[in-house]
Amino acid sequence: MRAARTSVVAAVSALTTITVVAGCAQKSDAKGAGAVQVTASDSACEVSKTSFPAGHVKLAVENKGSKVTEVYVYAPGDRIVTERENIGPGTRASINAEIKAGSYEIACKPGMKGHGIRQKVSATGKGKLPPRDPKLDKAVAAYRTYVQKQADETLPKVRTFADAIKKDDIEAAKKAYAPSRVGWERTEPVAESFGDIDPKVDVRADGLEQGQKWTGWHRLEKSLWQTKKITAADHALADQLVEDLKDWQKRVGTADITPTGMANGAKELLDEVQTGKVTGEEERYSHTDLVDFEGNVEGAKTSYTLLKPVVSANDPALAKELDKQFAAVGKLLDGYRQGDGFVSYDTVSTSRRKELSDAVNALAEPLSRLAAAVVSK
Amino acid sequence: MTDDAGTSPSRRALLGWGGAGLALGAAAAGGAAAALSGGADETGAAAGSGGAVPFYGAHQAGIATPVQDRLHFAAFDVTTDDRAELIALLKEWTKAAARMTQGHPVGGGAVSDLVEAPPDDTGEALGLKASRLTLTIGFGPTLFRDKKGKDRFGIADRRPEALIDLPAFPGDNLEAARSDGDLCVQACADDPQVAVHAIRNLARIGMGRVAIRWSQLGFGKTSSTTPDAQTPRNMLGFKDGTRNIAGTDTAALDKHVWVSEKAGPAWLAGGSYLVARRIRMHIETWDRTSLKEQEDVFGRDKGEGAPQGKQHEHDEPDLRAMLPTAHVRLAHPDSNGGARILRRGYSFTDGTDGLGRLDAGLFFLAYQHDVRDGFVPVQRRLARSDALNEYIQHVGSALFAIPPGVRDADDWWGRALFSGRAPDGAPDGAP
Repeated sequence: MRAARTSVVAAVSALTTITVVAGCAQKSDAKGAGAVQVTASDSACEVSKTSFPAGHVKLAVENKGSKVTEVYVYAPGDRIVTERENIGPGTRASINAEIKAGSYEIACKPGMKGHGIRQKVSATGKGKLPPRDPKLDKAVAAYRTYVQKQADETLPKVRTFADAIKKDDIEAAKKAYAPSRVGWERTEPVAESFGDIDPKVDVRADGLEQGQKWTGWHRLEKSLWQTKKITAADHALADQLVEDLKDWQKRVGTADITPTGMANGAKELLDEVQTGKVTGEEERYSHTDLVDFEGNVEGAKTSYTLLKPVVSANDPALAKELDKQFAAVGKLLDGYRQGDGFVSYDTVSTSRRKELSDAVNALAEPLSRLAAAVVSK
Repeated sequence: MTDDAGTSPSRRALLGWGGAGLALGAAAAGGAAAALSGGADETGAAAGSGGAVPFYGAHQAGIATPVQDRLHFAAFDVTTDDRAELIALLKEWTKAAARMTQGHPVGGGAVSDLVEAPPDDTGEALGLKASRLTLTIGFGPTLFRDKKGKDRFGIADRRPEALIDLPAFPGDNLEAARSDGDLCVQACADDPQVAVHAIRNLARIGMGRVAIRWSQLGFGKTSSTTPDAQTPRNMLGFKDGTRNIAGTDTAALDKHVWVSEKAGPAWLAGGSYLVARRIRMHIETWDRTSLKEQEDVFGRDKGEGAPQGKQHEHDEPDLRAMLPTAHVRLAHPDSNGGARILRRGYSFTDGTDGLGRLDAGLFFLAYQHDVRDGFVPVQRRLARSDALNEYIQHVGSALFAIPPGVRDADDWWGRALFSGRAPDGAPDGAP
């Protein structure tokens, strides 16, 4: 469920770098001819046609209701193809998008919240994709909701972190650092699919390219734990981190999520653990690696849990093994809990790190067969 | 645009393989014929032939087998406490070992039509010959009772008396992370990639049940089990291990290497014991040592390899012609009540240490019927007096019971150890 945003936030945030799917320039000779008329009210969402040719599609929206509304076009699994917010009562808006052949839903959201009032429509044309198992569509939709929720819940935590930095309160900033990253860590493969956001918010010193300015969480981590000084530059970095993550929050719903993408994403989250967290490379100054570790595992477990109805039918032995190994990793992590977080990773000996690594291998190996279990049969 | 389903080149192209690679994959997956045991002689394929060593037999291959050029040795910890899971793993391992030693990939191969899943086989041995690969399994003391004293698998009462905890020897500097292990697998092959492939795939099959504790790569076999061949040189430039037990000398093998039915335990009859020691050599100081001292330390001449006072490598040594501290003199059966062990060690060079010194030495592997009158007394004598000790240090150590061979496709590694009745009274161990 996406939180309602104030019109101020929604109006113009730092969207300069966005490549909008729906951003096709309107041809001047297009006078609404061939457009799909969408008539929104407080209790209805009428469309003038439920079938239209694939390709360039124009939606002519009119809000006849008393509430501000939004109109969305959803692909299966609730992927946002295009959307328009803040359509005031009695106003009109037009939305242009490139839409491939397939099934979609047009949703009006009076009051700009909730699931919306939906109409099934289809774009007709060549190369139509075969219909997908509705159980999988349900899994994708639920996962998209989860990803959005993670982004929505991250923002206030990042603001807390940024505010502490701007008050030059090192202790408060240190405390707020790891929790501000959890939502990102849980959904990292989706977050990383926006190639322009990840390098700004989650890059480490060793990941910088020639001439790239180091920004984001880890740059601030270094100030807090290593140089132990907050500078004016850090204030600006904190502001930028908030802006970059607002951008992520706004775009996350448009990510292309598929069932195999979810399954591979779960495997990739365990890759993250194995190559970055177990080694202590990710949080080299703060040693909060176990917080990230848990976030990655939780994200993987969510994907798996949502796909489980299909996996249990296709490969019950795999489901049983995954349940067992997720539980084993969870139990191992529980041994490191301290307060509302985890012990500092620099207190974890090499032999105990190896034990964590072995447990991650034991989980990641069967997890690597999840995608095939989703597509098979 | 549709291709023929299943065999479309576009699907294959996704794998990023060239056409040649795929052709090899297809050949291997289709079962490029490799010699099975029928008609092969006792020692298997000849060195350099690239052929296959029979996997099934009374004894495990990789002991009396003519020594291959390369080694990948791995020690594992068993991470599960579930006896049934361990047994299932041993069966899966046996199947995979039987395939890989004959030059076949494991499971469904390295390339399959199911592109959404990782292939069963890791693929780096596609198109390579069997390369005389042997895989030899061993069971460490901690499999029977772990370090906390727990009998995890209901086999504590089956621990052989001879599977002792090795005593500490003077000069040992053992690293825990390079020592011990619940299980070991010795992979030997003439091609290093084949040996590594074997360990890598067994490790992967084992994830969740076992985890690699340590492993060691080796090259340049330092001992020969083929007496007519030239003895290879170790990293100190000397021929050592000239008087090794020959793989064809069945009488000597029966006497010194194989565990007899009489000695027991019954599950180990036809098996052996393996001592593995990682022996670091102080290469740089050795290289600054005069030729005379080097030869005195060993008791051999460096060029020919002849025992001091003799002409040829294989001449019978005259121990009294050597210094009392000479390595050959101290290790010789005549100084050890006739004790002989079958050595199968390899040189190693793991790059350099942080001080710029070569991290090199001998990965010592020795098979014998009982360490208590084999390795232990010999090493006691060497550790006390060997002039070589100034130039070497033992940094890793492990001891394993080596079960007998796998008889046929229904048999599996360790079956005799685990057959009988489980502690809970449920029968298990049936194939």
